[in-house]
Amino acid sequence: MLTFVIRRLIGAFLVLVAVSFITYLIFVKIPGGDPAQRIAGKLATDQNIADIREKLHLDDPFYKQYWGMMDSLFTGSLKSYSSQLNVVDEIKKGMPATFSLCIGAGIIWLGFGILVGLISAITAGRWSDRVITVLALIGISMPVFWLGLIARYLFAEGHPFSIFPDAEYVGITDNPWQWFVHLLMPWWVLAVLFIGFYGRVLRSNILDTINEDYVRTAKAKGVPYKRVLVKHVLRNSLIPIVTLFGLDFAAVLGGSAILTETVFQLKGVGQYAADSVQSLDLPPIMGVTIYATFFIVGFSVVVDVLYAWLDPRIRPT
Amino acid sequence: MATETTTDFSLDTAAALAADEGGAIEGRSPWFLAWRRLRRNFVALAFLFLFVLIVVACMLAGPYARHVAHTTPNENHLGETFVRDGQKVDIVSKGGITGSGDNTSFKAGGIPVGPQLWHAGGRYVFGADTQGRDVAVRLLYGGQNSLKVGIGSALICTLFALIFALLAGYYGGWVDWILSRFFDLIWAFPVLLLAIALGTALSINGFHHAGINIQAGSLWIPTGVISFVLIPYIARPLRGQILSLREKEFIEAATAQGASPLRIMASELMPNVASSVLVFFTLIIANNILTEAGLSFLGAGVQPPNPSWGTLIADGQSRIATAPWLAIIPGIAIVLTVLSLNVFGDGLRDALDPRAKVRIEH
Repeated sequence: MLTFVIRRLIGAFLVLVAVSFITYLIFVKIPGGDPAQRIAGKLATDQNIADIREKLHLDDPFYKQYWGMMDSLFTGSLKSYSSQLNVVDEIKKGMPATFSLCIGAGIIWLGFGILVGLISAITAGRWSDRVITVLALIGISMPVFWLGLIARYLFAEGHPFSIFPDAEYVGITDNPWQWFVHLLMPWWVLAVLFIGFYGRVLRSNILDTINEDYVRTAKAKGVPYKRVLVKHVLRNSLIPIVTLFGLDFAAVLGGSAILTETVFQLKGVGQYAADSVQSLDLPPIMGVTIYATFFIVGFSVVVDVLYAWLDPRIRPT
Repeated sequence: MATETTTDFSLDTAAALAADEGGAIEGRSPWFLAWRRLRRNFVALAFLFLFVLIVVACMLAGPYARHVAHTTPNENHLGETFVRDGQKVDIVSKGGITGSGDNTSFKAGGIPVGPQLWHAGGRYVFGADTQGRDVAVRLLYGGQNSLKVGIGSALICTLFALIFALLAGYYGGWVDWILSRFFDLIWAFPVLLLAIALGTALSINGFHHAGINIQAGSLWIPTGVISFVLIPYIARPLRGQILSLREKEFIEAATAQGASPLRIMASELMPNVASSVLVFFTLIIANNILTEAGLSFLGAGVQPPNPSWGTLIADGQSRIATAPWLAIIPGIAIVLTVLSLNVFGDGLRDALDPRAKVRIEH
């Protein structure tokens, strides 16, 4: 077990080094031209450009530049080009909103995904199954930002069905009730795609499991139907769903929530990156990319170790 | 029990029975069987028809703009009027006070005219935007770009994924190791964030490396970015399939006959994964159209003044209260296109291999 953990950690470390190096290449090498010129803008004098080159060590060999970038990212001195605000501080500021959004949406999509999949599977072929299948297909075909726009247009304050307060994030410590009400719409919008997707996956898993021998045995020995369904069928069909959930949840926290955050103006980490796209402000995008990737890689190590601890069969040697 | 008729089964029985039914039994290829299954799936075919209809409509954007709407996608019509049912109507409303005395009413300025359907002789079928541009025309031109990026990136992505999967699966060893680590690495990034990062970095100066010159603002940038970030999503499952096919006897037989690696990959391995590739291709177009819309919405995809369904929604975002059609209509176009591809892709998967579990995970 210990060797497994150590191997996994070394692997994760190598991935992180490679990931940060790729990010460096994307932001420093791909744009081409003289980065100092780009940062200085159109009205810069030669002296400005020389100063910037000096300050950012752009004449150093690339491995020194790479090290400098990583150093500034982890000592927290990386600054945005346009607003000159500290990138690490801004990311920290956005975290509560991003975490609130993702955790709430995760609970909704897991719960309703299971419910939808279960109903759809036990009524397979009947009208409720068909309606659910059609709705699930429409759900996975909608762009999430468009759904968010429509939801805001219909249900936010000052619009036709004024039910929810409009956009913006309210801190949970400031006012828990307002926090909850403000996030209801974003949670559902983010969850819809996953509910459709999980419902479909679970439906086909349940239909596969229901034909297993042990299910027939359980029915034959007189176990009540509901108990068979929950203890024998559902429990075994949920295993792939749990794996999917781990991956999707990490992906959503690590940046897939960008579109939802932007539409609802939640001022989260993702929106910080999205806003920086407009001004071609590279350091914030770079910071968010590296932090999100580190988060995903770390999360997958934790999930793998937990799995190996729970189930000795999947412990690779 | 006495049997009334006894049949002596011999090797010729099948042929004799076939002769009775009039004609030899024809060998039917798997593709023919799949087509027969697909033909019975009316829902899938109806949605394929819908997708073809959308593609054809978008291809006819030019003639539609010239002969029906009498405008071009980027032509402004601020301060102009058009005729509806014999009356002149402002394309974008002029603000001000109308009437006098008790009948005074204030009218907000800058609000574009709403969908006219066919009341204005083909102009402004889906209304105008804040610049007085025809939404229906921009929708069709935007659809061209969205479909070009979606289908183009799906083609490039599937092609590279297939090549990588064949190389990794056939050669194994260090080739497999390097390619698999490459997939792992891209997989480790959050897809949307990596696409945004690449899209933004490339939109500054374009791409001028390795002998390839792409200008900033070119459609090739979102196409390339999307196909690059999604390669592992197709290559990984394909590699798995090829790894298991590689151990089969027919590959051994081909090797024993002296077939070259290229020949084995092209004419032994590829036909066996062709059905998976086809299903992946259909479903990844749908996925890529959604990704393109998201990227363009954030400003890291198709660059203005080029319209795409994503940029059209982004443009309409701020006008959602006064001119909701600006954002709603392109969204419906995306939903219909993606839905048609998803339903058809599902049908195709069921037809090609009813037991297969190929699916694209978002």
